[in-house]
Amino acid sequence: MTAISDRRQLAYVAAQAAEARVNIELETEGMTLNIGPQHPATHGTLRIVARLDGEQVIDAYPVMGYMHRGYEKLTEVRTYPQVTTLVNRIDWLGSFCNEVPFILAAEQLMEIEAPPRAQHIRTILFELGRIGHLTLFLGDLGVQLGAVTPVFYAFRDREHILNQMEAATGGRFHPNFDRIGGVKDDFPAGWIAETKQSLQKIRDFCNLMEDLLFGNEIFAARTRGIGVIPADVGLSYGLSGANIRGSGVDWDLRRDAPCGLAWDQAEWKVWTHPDGDAYARSWVRLQEVRESCSIVEQLLDNMPAGPIMAKVPRIIKVPAGEAYVATENPLGEMGYYIVSKGGLTPFRVKIRSASFNNMSISPWLLKGTYVPDVITILASLYFILGDIDR
Amino acid sequence: MTALQLATNIPWWGSTGIKVGLGLAVVLAPAGLTVYLYLFKMVSFMQSRLGPMEAGPYGSMQLLAEVGKSLQKEDIIPAKADRNVFAMAPYIVLMSTFLMAVVIPFGPNALFTDLDTGVFFALAVSSISVIGILMAGWASASKYSLLGGLRAAGQLIAYELPMVLAVVGVVIQAGTLNLQQIVYAQIDGEIFGFGGLGLPFILTQIVGFGIFMIAVQAELTQVPFDMPIAESELVSGYMTEYSGFRFLMFFIGEFATAAIFAFLASVLFLGGWAVPPFVMDILGIDATSNWFNVLGPLVMASKMLLLTFVIYWVRFTFPRLREDQLQKFAWKVLIPISLVNIAITGTLKVAF
Amino acid sequence: MTDTAEAPEVADEAREALLEAVTSELGDAVVQHHLLPGKDLWIRVANDAFTEVGEYLKDRQRFRYFSYLSAIDWLPSPFGRSHEAMADEADDAGSEEEAEEMVSGYAGGDTRFQILARVYNLTTGLGLNVKADISDDAMSISSWTGIYPGASWHEREAHEMFGIGFSGHPNLDALYLPGDFEGNPLRKDFPLLARLVKPWPGIVDVELMPSDENPEDQAS
Repeated sequence: MTAISDRRQLAYVAAQAAEARVNIELETEGMTLNIGPQHPATHGTLRIVARLDGEQVIDAYPVMGYMHRGYEKLTEVRTYPQVTTLVNRIDWLGSFCNEVPFILAAEQLMEIEAPPRAQHIRTILFELGRIGHLTLFLGDLGVQLGAVTPVFYAFRDREHILNQMEAATGGRFHPNFDRIGGVKDDFPAGWIAETKQSLQKIRDFCNLMEDLLFGNEIFAARTRGIGVIPADVGLSYGLSGANIRGSGVDWDLRRDAPCGLAWDQAEWKVWTHPDGDAYARSWVRLQEVRESCSIVEQLLDNMPAGPIMAKVPRIIKVPAGEAYVATENPLGEMGYYIVSKGGLTPFRVKIRSASFNNMSISPWLLKGTYVPDVITILASLYFILGDIDR
Repeated sequence: MTALQLATNIPWWGSTGIKVGLGLAVVLAPAGLTVYLYLFKMVSFMQSRLGPMEAGPYGSMQLLAEVGKSLQKEDIIPAKADRNVFAMAPYIVLMSTFLMAVVIPFGPNALFTDLDTGVFFALAVSSISVIGILMAGWASASKYSLLGGLRAAGQLIAYELPMVLAVVGVVIQAGTLNLQQIVYAQIDGEIFGFGGLGLPFILTQIVGFGIFMIAVQAELTQVPFDMPIAESELVSGYMTEYSGFRFLMFFIGEFATAAIFAFLASVLFLGGWAVPPFVMDILGIDATSNWFNVLGPLVMASKMLLLTFVIYWVRFTFPRLREDQLQKFAWKVLIPISLVNIAITGTLKVAF
Repeated sequence: MTDTAEAPEVADEAREALLEAVTSELGDAVVQHHLLPGKDLWIRVANDAFTEVGEYLKDRQRFRYFSYLSAIDWLPSPFGRSHEAMADEADDAGSEEEAEEMVSGYAGGDTRFQILARVYNLTTGLGLNVKADISDDAMSISSWTGIYPGASWHEREAHEMFGIGFSGHPNLDALYLPGDFEGNPLRKDFPLLARLVKPWPGIVDVELMPSDENPEDQAS
């Protein structure tokens, strides 16, 4: 903890000094740098207005909204089954994971429970979504730090997962596969064996990344001690997912807030890292990919037989009530607060997306850092623009 | 005295024309070769893709296509840019590359000029590119370019020093600053009385070679020292606002300089255009033979390809350092080591 | 003042104990509460005690993890529901009038707008939904930014989407919308123009699945 308070102290002193230099000595002049909205490091259209002194950030101010699509309003005029099409596009890399909490919340209001086989299928696809998502993160992290090769491996190996997604759901990116009361289809023949092979590829990829990135001294020098988030600060900003587990908080909704999915039927571990820096967050994600592989493998071995759809009415009307269901998505806690008044459409849906909270810490975190570290920190916080703007 | 002594009968303008033509060839041919071989193909294979395949057999004409594309592009100068400086910057960068090529020997007579201060000259003109980069960064009227230009200036100046110091060891051993004489010193050298290999200075100056190659990587602003370009941070650094032909000049400058530095390193550390003396014995030629004016460039080219391979291999494998880490690395690691290297070399030179 | 859960067949001791502690220690600040055993817990607190409740929850009850903060507009949409398929209009004819009056959800409410926030206690793993009424004339509530800094962006979002003021928030700039945007899009009386211009085609999935289809229908 001493290192953390030191860093905060240092950042504060540096910011003060920078401000003093800008204000008093006339020979250095602050500079406002617009990072984005079109910038190679922002995964879309995030804009960060950074006030710089030399290369040091005095103040950073994220500007969003370039991709705001108003999903919360749009859900109010769509029926429940139609909403899944929309929410697929929130976090577009882990699309299936966005559908699940919405469907679960609707099921909770309707007091329906999907049959065990459907829950297994959901969990497996959910974890495949996470694997695909975080695989890309590991590659992208390299690019942000200047290593161009890992991202090609990431795209290559994510392809195996996408192919399996496509084989099972018909959609590579936006499956739209989850239904109230179950899932659309069962797995096709031979899918389970193929998926196991794909998982082996992902395991190899993880080992490769561990050698190529995490074992690299330059990578360590660039990420260790950078963007340290103390656990209490992270919690009060509502950070979730690997960002908070990287700060040593042992909190995973998959284990701590079970919502009916089959995670409790597999043996797995919640990884945490005490450091809270960029390295810790990335490392936790690496371990999560491996853990997800093991979850999927165990669930594939123990698929229960039975139907994949509960009895649901033909036209879905959700009884009046309120429900909040959140799941541990690749980016963190993704939840939907559904207010129903008993109609075909939700009355209000609050979408609690992970990246919104994860990014809200950025002004605090970026103060006093250097421009290269801004990129490292943003990469390690790992956000998807659609998930911030919704 | 020079390669062109063969052509003493042709007039001055003729020989100058040939020199210019050969100079262009020496700079552009290795640049094109390395871009195709390494940037297009080797890197593609490393990244499990094929690279260009459509233009010409196995994509070999891709380079021409790229050049043609760049030439056709509109030459955009930003509205607020300092037009003259902006337009001049790429030429200055390229000029330093051409000047460096002047002193590099490709054979006993195949060289442009035989300067007695060749090492000194080569390292000095290599720093001219800093001016061009600073001009580009400043004149672009873009904050990213400015940051990139300033980073480049800081970095290039910091890495001049270890580079010069790394070469000092070679100079002490060879006892001359003349690049041609350094090649001869390596041919005449002996390893514990065994002269069959000559004495490529990489054997005795392995530390210097390592430092030199690291400094070259930094001078070329290649990963892990590519902060001035740093795509994920500064978009494209000082090159951000350039397009078309001017960008092409920066591009050629970057890759040609890599090749020229590889030539320089092979002269300094790998024995230059010569082959080991025992091979000369087998071939029945000696170091002053005219055959080497033909064989030498090929030997140099193969050594250059070997070294540029390492340069690009590193470039596409490592992440990049941060600016302060780079400076720390230069001042706290490379310079002390190279000073120790000089001290040891000097002591041993006096002792033996 | 309390509306108890309809079917308390599942005992939920953890949440009951929490509710007990919160209601007894906060006293009048908790206006109403609602417990769904095994699922979730809602409390509705007085508007002026919102910050106090936040501090209490964070410091005394160890609700350290801030999940989100938003608002609900309970006004029934003045544009009608404009989304029923032809086939369903007959079923729903009765509900149209019913929807005219404003009904608040769990833990009740007296005003059109309500603040909705959620915090977690990571030790017990319990989540807690906190609601607070916003009166129509003040349209304001005290900010949580001092307690949970993460509330800052959520409050900015609620401010621009619902027009709710947060006293004590350092800068309530628009988060998403351009500077010259007028209106508060998530209010129910803000029209979704796309829907008004082109009415909803209805539930498309009303035709029968192939297996259910009559041979006569196919022939025609």
